[in-house]
Amino acid sequence: MSDAKQIFIKDATLNAADGDQRAFIRKALGGYYVNRDLQKARYRDWERARDAASLAKWTAVNDLANQLEKFTANFERNGGIVHWARDSAEARAIILKIAADVNAKAIVKSKCMTSEEIHLNDALEKAGYGVVESDLGEFIQQLRGEPPYHFVFPCMHVKREAISELFTKHLGTAPTDSPEELTMIARRHLRQLYVDADIGITGANFLVAETGQISITENEGNARLTAALPRIHIALSGIEKVVNRLDDLAVLLPMLATAGAGQPMTCYNTLYAGPRKPGECDGPEQFHLVLLDNARTRLLADPEQRDALHCIRCGACLNVCPIFKNIGGLAYGTTYQGPIGSVITPHLRGLKQWNHLSSASSLCGACTDACPVRIDLHHHLLHNRRNAMKQSPSLFDRVFHAGFGFVMKRPALFALGGKVFLATLPLLKKLPLPYMSAWLKTRDLPVAPPKSFRDQWKDSAHG
Amino acid sequence: MADARSDILARIREALTVKAPKPHFKAEATAGQPVKVAKPWLPDGGETLDASLLILAEQLAKLKAVLIRVPDEAAAGQAVADLARAKAWKQVAYHGAPLVRPVAAALPCASWEADASFEKQKLEGCDASITSCESIVAQLGSILVSSASSGGRALSILPHVHVVVARVDQVVPDLATALAQLQAEHGAQMPSMLSFITGPSRTGDIERILVLGAHGPKELYLVLVG
Amino acid sequence: MRVSLFVPCFVDQLAPQVGLATAKVLKRLGHDVEFRAEQTCCGQPSFNSGQWDVAREGAIRALQVFRGAEVVVGPSGSCVAMIKKFYPELLKDTPHLAAAEDLAARTFEFSEFLVNQLGVTDVGAKFAKKVTYHDGCHALRELRLKEEPRQLLRAVKGLELIESEEGESCCGFGGLFSAKFPMISTAMVQVKGGALARTGADFVVSSDPSCLLQIGGWLSREGKPILPLHIAEVLAHDA
Repeated sequence: MSDAKQIFIKDATLNAADGDQRAFIRKALGGYYVNRDLQKARYRDWERARDAASLAKWTAVNDLANQLEKFTANFERNGGIVHWARDSAEARAIILKIAADVNAKAIVKSKCMTSEEIHLNDALEKAGYGVVESDLGEFIQQLRGEPPYHFVFPCMHVKREAISELFTKHLGTAPTDSPEELTMIARRHLRQLYVDADIGITGANFLVAETGQISITENEGNARLTAALPRIHIALSGIEKVVNRLDDLAVLLPMLATAGAGQPMTCYNTLYAGPRKPGECDGPEQFHLVLLDNARTRLLADPEQRDALHCIRCGACLNVCPIFKNIGGLAYGTTYQGPIGSVITPHLRGLKQWNHLSSASSLCGACTDACPVRIDLHHHLLHNRRNAMKQSPSLFDRVFHAGFGFVMKRPALFALGGKVFLATLPLLKKLPLPYMSAWLKTRDLPVAPPKSFRDQWKDSAHG
Repeated sequence: MADARSDILARIREALTVKAPKPHFKAEATAGQPVKVAKPWLPDGGETLDASLLILAEQLAKLKAVLIRVPDEAAAGQAVADLARAKAWKQVAYHGAPLVRPVAAALPCASWEADASFEKQKLEGCDASITSCESIVAQLGSILVSSASSGGRALSILPHVHVVVARVDQVVPDLATALAQLQAEHGAQMPSMLSFITGPSRTGDIERILVLGAHGPKELYLVLVG
Repeated sequence: MRVSLFVPCFVDQLAPQVGLATAKVLKRLGHDVEFRAEQTCCGQPSFNSGQWDVAREGAIRALQVFRGAEVVVGPSGSCVAMIKKFYPELLKDTPHLAAAEDLAARTFEFSEFLVNQLGVTDVGAKFAKKVTYHDGCHALRELRLKEEPRQLLRAVKGLELIESEEGESCCGFGGLFSAKFPMISTAMVQVKGGALARTGADFVVSSDPSCLLQIGGWLSREGKPILPLHIAEVLAHDA
């Protein structure tokens, strides 16, 4: 068993047994379902909109090299500076070098999962920079010293009492149980940090090839402040975020908001074309964009699962996933939690170590139905399972399924096996058999009928 | 070793030598059609200006943004002045657009034009900002501001209250139209920042409970003239 | 019409009454019913476990078993989805693809067959009980069957249908998943089973015997006063 799997089993077992926490997560998502359905009902045809969103991403991803070249040429024409990073280490080195070049001291960040992926904060802190996450949820997680629980709702698992204690401890504020007051504490604390920071780091939701703009989606306004006040703006983005045309956003921006958060549109959808232009009164002096591969091209090379690169990180698949809701986001041990994380992590970090996430699914398919860009999520979990078996099947699996295959091909043996199973079921229930005992720990099995269907059919007039 | 750019582009081209089947979607049939008929499956933005204005009012109300309809510029100045008094604003920063200047002039409190370079700290101390905008999207209740039309990047996001003054003819039915209009107007010379503002700043990060004014303005007013 | 029964392993071994009820309803509607005894497992356990080579052999066998059958009907959304959706994928680059697509087109889940193929919703059953319906995920999302079983249940005399919270949530069975990750599977059935029990229904009805094994197993262990019942068993109750 891989280390990652062992930790997963341990954490998932712990969390699945925590009924209170699971109920808290279900309650937190309750409002989302209501709002999502209200917003979806405003679409004149949600399924056609999904087609269009999917097609926009398909078109870009399947022409990625050309679109990236077009995008970067336009981005540079707008006055931005493009950096390419093959992996996490290169991306970190690029950002550290920019920080050193501009004599930065303080850095403010807005929400950026790609920066979690490359463990940017650690690297910046080790190099002596002060780094503050400005998204409220990320700020709370940073104070807790914990990675995001959900890549759109980072601290959805934390109760207000815990946040109040956290703020009292780190910011010296008076305890309160009001989410409004807690939000205002963070607002007051962070405002001066935007003003004082030298560098603002953001992510990017879309890279628009035809205009060279990057698009950032957020609700709080922290990303806008991060890209407005510091003198340097660095955006970090995966290479797959390209769309060909500005018009594609007319579909993607509303769908991202509706699918992910049940909103008509996220509060701020901002397009950036270069640093402050002549004649503009503010904005950064430099605008850098770091384009990250980090094994995305490995996923791209698999045409069967290439659509996983369509992902717009809305989080809809997590919000409907019964696995996510019952084991929680941290148990995954990945940057991207939930179904999309289970699909792509084996490509990003290795199938042998991470295939267990694909196995830990009932394949219910709620994720695939929820995905606004029609990623075939739950079937990709099946594809990962198949690929893992090809690569390195466990001895147990090989023997179990070879045996099963042998019996399956022989009807007489299959029928005999059934007879033996029925006859010995009361005994089998008492034996410490691997699958049987796991089942019986929490669930009963029906009493074995005296005869199987095939025997009853044969005995009756039909046979 | 090849540089990272050539390396990554080569990896991409290599990966794409194996084609993924193109999805057969009905939406494809409308690709390349004029904007007005191209996306009939998205939320409705209204066929006529009156229909759009109704949708806009409904959307803004749901977003907890405040829509103030006024007949003319003088009435706009009056409405914002009333607001300033009611909220006891002490200092207001504004963008020197033709539609905004007379409104600012009618303010009962201190105000300054933020179009030249300014101290961030001074803006941080303001109670409110007043800007114009590029367009207003009825379909979604979004107000499109830009570094050109709204006095740079910080003015419409840093102060606690944001007031937008616009003419009714700036209302467009949907996002596709707003984007097409941008491209027609600016071409390859886009303002360095364009932002679709959809309601006052908000967060649900604490127990998924909605709180307004996370980092950006807690209050958003749209004063629509005409 | 001559209907060839496709009887899932679960039904064969643990719930033979479901297979018999399926046959009874079809006969009551005037159809001939056959059972080809050479059928074994559809191969889904191996398919879901990533053992596609093993599953493929099972699929090829099933193609042979059901060759020439006019229609194949099975009382399980999950096993029928294996044939209808996954056999063509499994056999996509083999000479068996055409046969797989042909079988897929002739194979139907029980409620789908009654409502969409035969155009029947009232099968002449009477069952004066309160029931709630559980959508198996394969029936709901692979086969897109949601209204069909409900139409059938609403036409049963005396039956009261109550919808539950967590209506479209998975019961947590997922085949071997239920035994490989029992803690997650159990958490899921707690949510689902709890909601089903809260309806106050006498029975939880489903078109999937495997879901009923999971839900029924948990309800029984927890001592909840609601029993699992396959839709074919409901429809087999004579008026």
